[in-house]
Amino acid sequence: MEKNQNKAWLYLLPAILFLAVFMVYPLVDVFIYSFEEGYNSASQTYFGVGTYNYSYVLHDPYFLQAIKNTLILVLITVPLSTGIALLISLGLSAIKPLRKLFQTVYFLPYVTNTLAVGMVFMILFKKTPYTDGFANLLLSFIGAGSIDFIDGPYWAKMLVLCIYTVWIVMPFKILVLTSALASVKEDYYNAARIDGTSKFRIFYKITLPMISPMLFYLVITGFIGAFKAYSDAVAIFGTNLNAAEMNTIVGYIYDMLYGDSGGYPSYASAAAIILFVIVLTITCINLLIRKKYVFNK
Amino acid sequence: MKIILENLTKKYPARGKKGGEVIAVNDFSFEIPDGELIGLLGPSGCGKSTTLNLISGLQKPTGGKIFFGEDDVTELPPEHRGVGLVFQNYALYPHLTVLQNIMFPLENLKGKNKLSKEDMKKRAYDAAKLVQIEDYMERRPSELSGGQQQRVAIARALVKMPRVLLLDEPLSNLDARLRLQTREEIRRIQKETGITTVFVTHDQEEAMSISDRIVVMKDGVVQQIGRPQDVYDDPVNLFVAKFLGTPPIGVYKGEIKGGKLYIGEDAVLSVKKLADRKVYVAIRPEGYIPDAKGALHSTLKGVEVMGRDISILSENSASENPVIRSIISADSKNAVNITEKTVAFALKPHKVFLFDFETEERIPFETV
Amino acid sequence: MNRNTDYIRIERKNKTKNIAFKVVIYLLLAFWAFVVLFPFYWMILTSLKSYSAYNSEYIPKLFTTSPTIQNYIDAFTAVPLGKYFANTLIFTVATTALMLVVIVPAAFAFARLDFKGKNLVFTLFLALMMIPSELVIITNYITITTLDLRNTFPGLILPSVTSVFYIYLLKENFEQIPDELYYAAKVDGTSDFKYMMKVMLPICAPTVVTVTILKVIECWNSYVWPRLVTDDAAYFLVSNGIQEIRENGFGRENIPAMMAAVVVISVPLIVLFLIFRNKIMAGVARGGMKG
Repeated sequence: MEKNQNKAWLYLLPAILFLAVFMVYPLVDVFIYSFEEGYNSASQTYFGVGTYNYSYVLHDPYFLQAIKNTLILVLITVPLSTGIALLISLGLSAIKPLRKLFQTVYFLPYVTNTLAVGMVFMILFKKTPYTDGFANLLLSFIGAGSIDFIDGPYWAKMLVLCIYTVWIVMPFKILVLTSALASVKEDYYNAARIDGTSKFRIFYKITLPMISPMLFYLVITGFIGAFKAYSDAVAIFGTNLNAAEMNTIVGYIYDMLYGDSGGYPSYASAAAIILFVIVLTITCINLLIRKKYVFNK
Repeated sequence: MKIILENLTKKYPARGKKGGEVIAVNDFSFEIPDGELIGLLGPSGCGKSTTLNLISGLQKPTGGKIFFGEDDVTELPPEHRGVGLVFQNYALYPHLTVLQNIMFPLENLKGKNKLSKEDMKKRAYDAAKLVQIEDYMERRPSELSGGQQQRVAIARALVKMPRVLLLDEPLSNLDARLRLQTREEIRRIQKETGITTVFVTHDQEEAMSISDRIVVMKDGVVQQIGRPQDVYDDPVNLFVAKFLGTPPIGVYKGEIKGGKLYIGEDAVLSVKKLADRKVYVAIRPEGYIPDAKGALHSTLKGVEVMGRDISILSENSASENPVIRSIISADSKNAVNITEKTVAFALKPHKVFLFDFETEERIPFETV
Repeated sequence: MNRNTDYIRIERKNKTKNIAFKVVIYLLLAFWAFVVLFPFYWMILTSLKSYSAYNSEYIPKLFTTSPTIQNYIDAFTAVPLGKYFANTLIFTVATTALMLVVIVPAAFAFARLDFKGKNLVFTLFLALMMIPSELVIITNYITITTLDLRNTFPGLILPSVTSVFYIYLLKENFEQIPDELYYAAKVDGTSDFKYMMKVMLPICAPTVVTVTILKVIECWNSYVWPRLVTDDAAYFLVSNGIQEIRENGFGRENIPAMMAAVVVISVPLIVLFLIFRNKIMAGVARGGMKG
């Protein structure tokens, strides 16, 4: 028995080692960093302990801009992408021919490199001296003037970022919702049809309650994911997000850590913990709402 | 409401490279009289569920017509047919209470048929009382037993006062004791409401016990329609004879030679006016009379005493069944000597059926 | 008779309604398929246009009559795309292989072996699943910098190895193997290690493959960590490489060549996806998330 005990730990050892060094220790450390004032990464010294880092970050206009950007992104893309995904999944589950083909196509964005395809969106929306770009071509059809979506007004840049974010997160949502819809037994629909239930009522009274757990799962993961947006923004606007007014909270953390404005791990840590607290709060609120509305077996 | 099925046919197109089209229901014609309970009976894949779905309108036939009374409903979508359907696994909405489940069909009514909340509740409670589930109205389906769920499903099907009630394997998810109880319940409800009812089952005992008429199906083709006892006593072919009855009928390879019916070496019956030919001989378990002078000789394998009757287990080299069960009244238990190696039976001629060796169709015969 | 005509009207109305409904659905689905595919079309189209042709199109053309592969040649010669590719390949293979070595025994221990504190340790593992990478990446960055592992493969690979979620996924799968097999193997004198390698792994091969593919996708697309620990272009992965190409690439803004690079980067994963379509989609549906 004793020998067995040791053996089990031996099997776990590599995982525990890796997790201890790269997850548990950093987790503790990030809190320490966030309270160490005036930390110098070259000499690894600091002046004192306190909440100055938090106060600095919370007063940094770049951080406030990042919070604003992230919030707008979250509030627009999460409902929008979940709604469209639900619509498309409902459509998918109502057809038979071509269903597999559509599903395959819809999944493609998931397996693409966010950075690489983001650049395609960039050139689709970009206006240069040589060309107005594809987006402006479309706008000209409806008689609107041309806009530079990449270096132009704030709302235009935000629009591109939202469109790209929705495009990127759709595959996962469509996939989850189609399998949720498929798990609703055909008999429920047959029973409802026999009783002459209208399509809308079937959706509202049967489908929606039955897939509500999955829908809420998507909303929660959607919130978490959107709060961590970063690479999509880099893909479209380049690495200097602060200059483009398009930085996100995660982008702010990395910029504090590294690059031209970097070298401040304490500020980065404070920002990371603020982000964590925001995400945690929102998730808890979501879970509370979930308890109230979602049907559980 | 009588239901008329006219040359009803459902074919599925061929799928993939191999395999032709599948004929689920083939040329089914039948008039179901108003107020009767009809059992659609057959092994799985015989087309009985498809027939039910065609009547409900969930599936469209590829040929033939369906009439409810005088109305041709063949192309009518299910919601306009006025049918109630009880599903095999009940299909109760898990997120709704029993009351909400039963009220669900009523809430769909529109226009002049629209009911007030009170009327809906009253109708729901009436239906619930009919199936004796009125004490559980606020529960969720998951909090009910299988039998109770079944009742809720029936109440939901009945609440909108359908013209036709359809039940798809309604008892298959219940345990043996509940099944017996529930099938009597279904019979009682059907009698009380007088609603024309079609129900599908693969269990012949179930169908025989509660149906006014049974329809035996095989491979999409109707084999025989009739009152349960008539079908049992007078099967049209070997399949029907084998499908009905527990214990199953004993089937032997036999031959008619010079006006006598032979099983193996034994000339068991004299038959009039039949030319010499090979036949299948099928004998109902209650068709044997143990008799030392009997003509049919089999190897005795054992005797099981079951109170009211006893069953004799025997083997016969001419038989299709590995073991033949004969049921005799317990009063005559001394007729068989367990220590003997063989047992001899006389046969009750009306419990013996002959079938053509090739077509397996019934051959009528008269004994001398 | 009157009723019958009424029925015919209902039937007709019903049929028209159904057809209209289907048409709307197909239009919607086709529209979204177009939205998904158009960027891919645009990237391939642009990559086939010559530099001069592209820049002379003030109004972008939706097709090209004279495709060229010059951009693809440029992508591999003018910028070190080949090098980025090789780096990503090394990174992906090494990280995925190491991950398997780490998570398979861990999942085996949780699924099969009994030891004191198993539940506690497993709960702690699950708790780690909730920790966002943004929280730990800061210290990891400092750790790797302090260890002088910036711009090295170990620095890239080591922090990316573990995934608690995949341990969890594998453990669930391992537990579905009936106990009898384990006891039978024990009776035959099979060691635990041999049982894991020769019995569990082959039986659970589908899940292992799924986990592997998901990790490969994750590695191929990773951007944030490589960006933090590499500033020497000799160690860039494709994500950082493409960003570098965009910002300092071909000496001038050569969008067709950039798109050629984007195509080259995107193709391997799309091919992988088309081959393992069902596995990938099933795996992602079970709890994968982008990022």
